Amino acid sequence: MSTTPANTTTAIELTTIGSTADLVNTDITRIDTAAISQSVLASGPEIIIIIGACVALMLSLVPHPRQDPLLAGVSVFMIVLAAGMSYGLADYPQTAYAGMFMVDGFSTYLKMILYLGTTLTVLMSGRYFHNNRLGKEGVFQGEYYALLLFALLGGMIMVSSTDLLLIYVGLELQALSIYVLTGFLKTDVRSNEASLKYIILGAFSSAILLYGMSLFYGLTGTTNLNGMAAALSTLDLSDPMLVLATLFMLVGLLFKVGAVPFHMWVPDVYEGAPSPITAYMSVVPKTAAFAVIIRLFMQDLSILQPIWILNMTGIAVLTMTVGSFVALVQHNIKRMLAYSSIAHAGFLLLGLVAGGENGMASILFYLLVYTFMTVGIFAIIILLNKDVTAGAPIEDFSGLAKNHPGLAIMSLIFLFSLAGIPPTGGFFAKFYLLAALIDEGHVVLAVIAVLLSAVAAWFYIRIIMLIYVQPPAQQTDIQLNLPIRAVLLIATIGTLMTGLLPAWFLDFIANSMPLGLG
Amino acid sequence: MTGSLMTPLLIENVPILSILIFLPAIAALLVPFLSGNNTVRWFTFTVLFIDFLIATWLLVIFDNSTAQMQFMESKAWVPSLGITYKLGIDGISVLFLFLTSLLGWICVLASWNAIAKRLKEFMICLLVIQSLMLGVFCALDLLLFYVFWEAMLVPMYLIIGIWGGEDRIYAAFKFFLYTLAGSLIFLVGILVLYFAGGRTFDILALMDASYDADLQRWVFISFLIAFAVKVPMVPVHTWLPDAHVQAPTAGSIILAGVLLKMGAYGFIRFSLPMLPDASHYFAPLMQGLSAVAIVYGGFLALAQQDIKKLIAYSSISHMGFITLGLFTFTINGTTGAVIQMFNHGISTGALFLFIGLVYERTHSRDIPAYGGLLKAVPFYGIFFALFLLSSMAVPGTNGFIGEILVLSGTFGVNNWAATAGVLGALLGAAYLLGIYRQILLGPIKIPGAAKMWDLNKRELCCALPLLIFVFWLGFYPKPFLSILQPTLKHLLEQTLGVSL
Repeated sequence: MSTTPANTTTAIELTTIGSTADLVNTDITRIDTAAISQSVLASGPEIIIIIGACVALMLSLVPHPRQDPLLAGVSVFMIVLAAGMSYGLADYPQTAYAGMFMVDGFSTYLKMILYLGTTLTVLMSGRYFHNNRLGKEGVFQGEYYALLLFALLGGMIMVSSTDLLLIYVGLELQALSIYVLTGFLKTDVRSNEASLKYIILGAFSSAILLYGMSLFYGLTGTTNLNGMAAALSTLDLSDPMLVLATLFMLVGLLFKVGAVPFHMWVPDVYEGAPSPITAYMSVVPKTAAFAVIIRLFMQDLSILQPIWILNMTGIAVLTMTVGSFVALVQHNIKRMLAYSSIAHAGFLLLGLVAGGENGMASILFYLLVYTFMTVGIFAIIILLNKDVTAGAPIEDFSGLAKNHPGLAIMSLIFLFSLAGIPPTGGFFAKFYLLAALIDEGHVVLAVIAVLLSAVAAWFYIRIIMLIYVQPPAQQTDIQLNLPIRAVLLIATIGTLMTGLLPAWFLDFIANSMPLGLG
Repeated sequence: MTGSLMTPLLIENVPILSILIFLPAIAALLVPFLSGNNTVRWFTFTVLFIDFLIATWLLVIFDNSTAQMQFMESKAWVPSLGITYKLGIDGISVLFLFLTSLLGWICVLASWNAIAKRLKEFMICLLVIQSLMLGVFCALDLLLFYVFWEAMLVPMYLIIGIWGGEDRIYAAFKFFLYTLAGSLIFLVGILVLYFAGGRTFDILALMDASYDADLQRWVFISFLIAFAVKVPMVPVHTWLPDAHVQAPTAGSIILAGVLLKMGAYGFIRFSLPMLPDASHYFAPLMQGLSAVAIVYGGFLALAQQDIKKLIAYSSISHMGFITLGLFTFTINGTTGAVIQMFNHGISTGALFLFIGLVYERTHSRDIPAYGGLLKAVPFYGIFFALFLLSSMAVPGTNGFIGEILVLSGTFGVNNWAATAGVLGALLGAAYLLGIYRQILLGPIKIPGAAKMWDLNKRELCCALPLLIFVFWLGFYPKPFLSILQPTLKHLLEQTLGVSL
């Protein structure tokens, strides 16, 4: 397809546009059972998650005294099943659904992060709802877990799709599920406000993204990434329409990762959403959005790089700056972590600027580490923050070391990892990204990045002082249950192992690199 | 010190450096399971003392006829990025391993009763920082070095922040952020060097590679920022007085005894041999900054009322001698600098220890409030006086050997800086004799002095070994000099590019 001349792209376009319809048509005329079953098999993990979501929905209608653990168990079981299948499929890279869907090492690796993030979120949700007495109202639960699974599904589609339309479908599926989840605390004004804000701004950005996509379709005559790449090679890169299309698509995606100046929604939504959902948001949609950005701008459409590279550099620096400095003055831990996630997003965008295989690998590694440490710190916030209506002041952490030395030491690990201090994973992630940057000659950017991460360190170590120096706040009766213990354990081990034995993870990432990267 | 026969055996059989480094860290994992404060104290002490014995044994079997790295260990860590877990020591490192492990168990003794709250956490911090400091002196892989170097911030931050004085949180933040900012710039420099030196972090390989002058200068600046903060050199020294004043005694001892040395060690290990052209280019600047630090630190010390602050400023002045000696590129200057690093660890460590001991009794750091301690607690007074003399560089003490070597190396290279050095030595005599007079002589002023107790056995155990080294180095420095000789000669050959 790489040599497809311009006139035959029209044919491809016809088959890929609305390819569900095409599939049906071909079914009628010439039943290609092998292709269909191959496609179904390739998307097996997605199908498992759909089934899981439906089962969770149905089970939620059945009155059951221990509904919450049951649903959580079903969700985790289905995710593990899907993960197993993804792992098995990783050895058989293939395209499916007429070239719209792709199973490769890259998507498998990212799906693993999505599974991990979702599983950990599910595991810590029970404690959160128990703390906030929402579990007693019963009917919530099924929808909650089903929506989480649907959001996961959206993310999985995003990382696997090689077609703009399918990417958009995945993105919207994920976004819509999360809009609802954000407003899940029906009686809490903040949660409602966050949800509304998120919907309005999210719809706005989706529209921009969609507009960019449609411009691309107009320019290249296809929505398939391979076809687009082929068509783009014949186009003039200085074409204003192409520039506009690229920037629109970029803006839409940057909104999803919370890059400055498209970050306004992040603090409010992070603050208002239920804490497990905040953790989920900072991990799963972000990973999926970065997957799409990498797929589009570093792999298939890397030819567009001259158009966005300068903007991206500026945005990355701006994002890190705003994230780091504004986080300094936050009093709410969730708002602070929102800005911290903005700063981390800026750092990740630098990996894009670095480009190349190392840039990409460093983003992939960073996303994994980020998942461990962020989920870890949110699990602790969930344990500490009993009264959801009172917000989550940083002072919740005060004196944690006094009564709960174990939790204190875990917080210490997560916070130092977020600050990028060795020997935690956070350090190695930053180091690898800096190495990729400097390898490409961006030394000045690297210096800016490290100085800003020194600024960012301040707000993490401030919490550590609270934990160890201040007299205890009212957290004498922290109750750990088994799932949240598991979350904490996985997050701690993950954070430490990625720092101490990064080689193991890097090998995994090296295997997930796409072949023939330009 | 006849190790040539034993060394090969050792390398093959036991990863002795790894044991030395990780023994305290592994012990730290066990501390939470101990019960009873005394058990924790004795456990920590025993572990660190065993570590000290290992380090002493290393010093004894160290082969001081060669400048080669000894007791080398190497294991792949992140092969795809060229990172190895590589350890090895030369004459300089072996001396600092010894100093670090010596101060390690002294710190435990010094904190025996001084630390009342969160004893377990404190001892864990001491054990962990011990591991990391030893790791810094052993690392032969630049990234491994960096990991040890930067991870050290964590326990030190906690030691100052949790167990420090009234303004401890401010001091801890200041310490952390200064050092972190410096270190991160260092990291960028490391990466630039990594790509220029053929994608390896191996320190020995990076020493052999050659870099163009422009690159050397930039990398030198980035290293300088990190090391200058750590030493500390003027004008990035302002974190030190705060950190010293607020830190608990053990923290001050570690800070003065070992942490400050790491900046100078960085110059020796990286800047001089890897970036010789840049080192020459920046030598006048370095000599100038050192001279300023010596005089400025001295004057500041002269004006202090708080005894810990005074010693902190005197540290800045004394560290100035070290950087001055290093950047003369003469054998006397460099030897003097390294000896002075060791001395400063002993003498200033001892001074902070003694300040801590008297603070336990009187809870005051105000110099004018004291007086007549020589009468009230004679043993304490005599020891304290001897350490003051050693810090003053009186002939017959260790300080004299270091300073005289540095000054003799500097005269002829930079006479102005040497003159500043002499002035600094004079100032040193002034403020240290000032302490001597105000604290030890005269009438007993401090309330409750009658009830003060003299040094007990535990405190004597801390003080005696330090005192032994004061006079050993003062009267018979030859064993120390002969350990350093081949290494420093090799270092100068690398820096000057000629064979000596």
